[in-house]
Amino acid sequence: MDVTTFWFLVVAFLWTGYFVLEGFDFGVGALLPLVTRDEAERRQALATIGPVWDGNEVWLITAVGAMFAAFPAWYSGFLSGFYLPLVMVLAGLIVRGVALEWRGKVEGRERALCDAGIVTGSVLTAFLWGGIFGHMLSGTLAGTLVGGALSLSLAMLHGGVFLALKTAGPLRARARRAALTAAAVAVPAAALALPGVPASIRPDGAAGADWTAHPLVWAAAVAAMVALAAGVALIWRRREGWAFTATAGSITLLTATVFAVLWQAPLPGLTVAGAASGPYTLGLLTWIGLIALPFVLAYQAWTYWVFRKRVTA
Amino acid sequence: MDALDLARWQFGVTTVYHFLFVPLTIGLGVFVAGLQTAWHRTGKAHYLRLTKFFGKLFLINFAMGVVTGLVQEFQFGMNWSAYSTFVGDVFGAPLALEALLAFFLESTFLGLWIFGWDRLPKRIHLACLWAAVIGSNLSAYFILAANAWMKHPVGYEVVDGKARMTDLWAVLTNSTALAQVPHVVAAAFIVAGGFVIAVSGYRILRERRMIADGDATVPMARPARGRGPADPMMWRTSLRAALVMTAIAGAVVAGTGDMSGQLLREQQPMKLAAAEGLPHDRKGAPASIVPGVEVPYVLSLLAAHDPNAEVQGVEDIQRRYAERYGEADYRPNVPVVFWSFRVMIGFGLATVGLSVLGLWLTRRRRGTPDWFARACLLALPLPTLAIVAGWLLSEIGRQPWTVQGELLTAASVSPGVSVTEVAISLALFTALYGALAVAEGWLLARHVKAGPEPVVPAPRVPDDAEPVRLAPTLMY
Repeated sequence: MDVTTFWFLVVAFLWTGYFVLEGFDFGVGALLPLVTRDEAERRQALATIGPVWDGNEVWLITAVGAMFAAFPAWYSGFLSGFYLPLVMVLAGLIVRGVALEWRGKVEGRERALCDAGIVTGSVLTAFLWGGIFGHMLSGTLAGTLVGGALSLSLAMLHGGVFLALKTAGPLRARARRAALTAAAVAVPAAALALPGVPASIRPDGAAGADWTAHPLVWAAAVAAMVALAAGVALIWRRREGWAFTATAGSITLLTATVFAVLWQAPLPGLTVAGAASGPYTLGLLTWIGLIALPFVLAYQAWTYWVFRKRVTA
Repeated sequence: MDALDLARWQFGVTTVYHFLFVPLTIGLGVFVAGLQTAWHRTGKAHYLRLTKFFGKLFLINFAMGVVTGLVQEFQFGMNWSAYSTFVGDVFGAPLALEALLAFFLESTFLGLWIFGWDRLPKRIHLACLWAAVIGSNLSAYFILAANAWMKHPVGYEVVDGKARMTDLWAVLTNSTALAQVPHVVAAAFIVAGGFVIAVSGYRILRERRMIADGDATVPMARPARGRGPADPMMWRTSLRAALVMTAIAGAVVAGTGDMSGQLLREQQPMKLAAAEGLPHDRKGAPASIVPGVEVPYVLSLLAAHDPNAEVQGVEDIQRRYAERYGEADYRPNVPVVFWSFRVMIGFGLATVGLSVLGLWLTRRRRGTPDWFARACLLALPLPTLAIVAGWLLSEIGRQPWTVQGELLTAASVSPGVSVTEVAISLALFTALYGALAVAEGWLLARHVKAGPEPVVPAPRVPDDAEPVRLAPTLMY
């Protein structure tokens, strides 16, 4: 494998990590007003993501930083091309981050304001990421909206499952029901969006939905659907741990499908090789990344281990 | 105004704003880690109270540094895509390393610190905070190395109209970076030291008044109004520690500032000339204090350690650059650079002077005079203005280049982004940042005014005790 391919996989891996991890903390934020009844429950719900959401967001910073270093033309074309949606993403992440950090340090009306910031920021950002990638692949308004609906509902499903997994008492039951409700949107949205993802590979400029040409991409799309269905079935049967594994798998496979399509042309008129940095830079970054990444994964995993217990009200 | 002007304003606004919070985060994190270490080693409760109190202020501020940093990473691509495409191979590398090696460390271990008070063994919990603050300092290094490369590009060659890195080690050990990193990091310690000095001075005055009015009880007695007991002696501890930190950092800033001045003479003569308002090349150049007041030979002495050395002037450099790079205006905004330089040095020296004075006044168990406690409040605005002025000097002084001698700012802007788009984002970020600044100021002021809570060192919950109450730990 050449170093350019390797770095494309690294970028895809980082985005996948971001969507899987921040996916559930977006979901918890978006579900906050729907599943909690009082302050104690809100605190309980937010305590499930409190220690980890900031670390989850660093996956985005690293994904974008890796694009900058490894594929400068892709980075700058992507960010300047999706200018206004990304301004909104940043505004959403700013409001959400500050609200999450400040919530515990204020009371009364200010705390309600922080809750509003957490919910708005989570919903807005989760929707926009799907919309941006939907637009990137389809170029149409319909594709944008379906992408947005899919990513928001999938985040709420994933977040609901996570909440059910991490809490006890009435919150746990409500989180499960909320996850199932979110699935009622996520499943049809996925069914609508997923066939369109591999179909958007058009290397010759012609519309091509030929699955024989790219069997692996189609297989990933189908597997994403299967994992999603499994996640819904498992949370229905109250198998929370397995359900979370399945929704995480579904997001992983969905992101993999998207990046498999982008491998052909990350942006119109741009090839991965044409966007890449020089072999010297990529080679060095590879070594540093290979040495550092195991540590990062280990101490992030340790955080989840330290806070592994269910949170009670 | 065109998209270039607006993009420059946006960069200026968002960067200066980000730079208000980051230095405080860098310095205050180390200060809090020092306090917790002192508690760990001595077991004295007042260290724990101070750790919790300043830790809370640190976290309020930390949130702002994180979210405004996101904008920084994105706007290179959004507003400056031509720049990013040209330099990504070199400039992107330290940014990627910052995310991978510093941000993960910082955010993960800070999460563990905030929520781990009753979850982790004391030593591990303390180590988490140290890991997080090492992360913030490391991130300062990477970002300043990237910034230094723009001022003094090294370790690269231009191939097919793009910069290609040839030597990462050269980029990371750039002479400009090696002078700039300790200069800026030490300045961050002055900002944080000044913050603690001002807060301690305020608390000393307030608690003395509370005791005098009978509103508060003395240490170790029952707390008044649900808050901790008044303890002016505790604030003397934090005040002295911050005075020491600021004084030492002041010496580092002065030393590295001298190094930077000499590098400027070789690498960015235009910035040096603008900072001194020197129009023409001159041997034995005088330093100008304010316009019209000059000290002979001092500029040459400072810039070259030789009173008779030649220092280049703005107009002569302009003429030489026009010959070398083609006709254009290569002069930065001279008055802004000139006055930023004076604000930086003047306010920085005033802060360090204040801390040295404070150390003398409070020596050998002497109390803090009321008048000095009041003067301590100046330590909040002075270093902040100094560090912002330093940033303006550094960044406006390098105009019109984004990469010195390689790429002009005018050629760096995103070609496909419209005036309307930049105007919308500039307006949005300015409004959002303004509102958040008010909220943060209000939040910090309220917590400083309320003072620290009484702290009972809680026993650690054993690992097999279930369920563990996680939400409202002592920090949250």
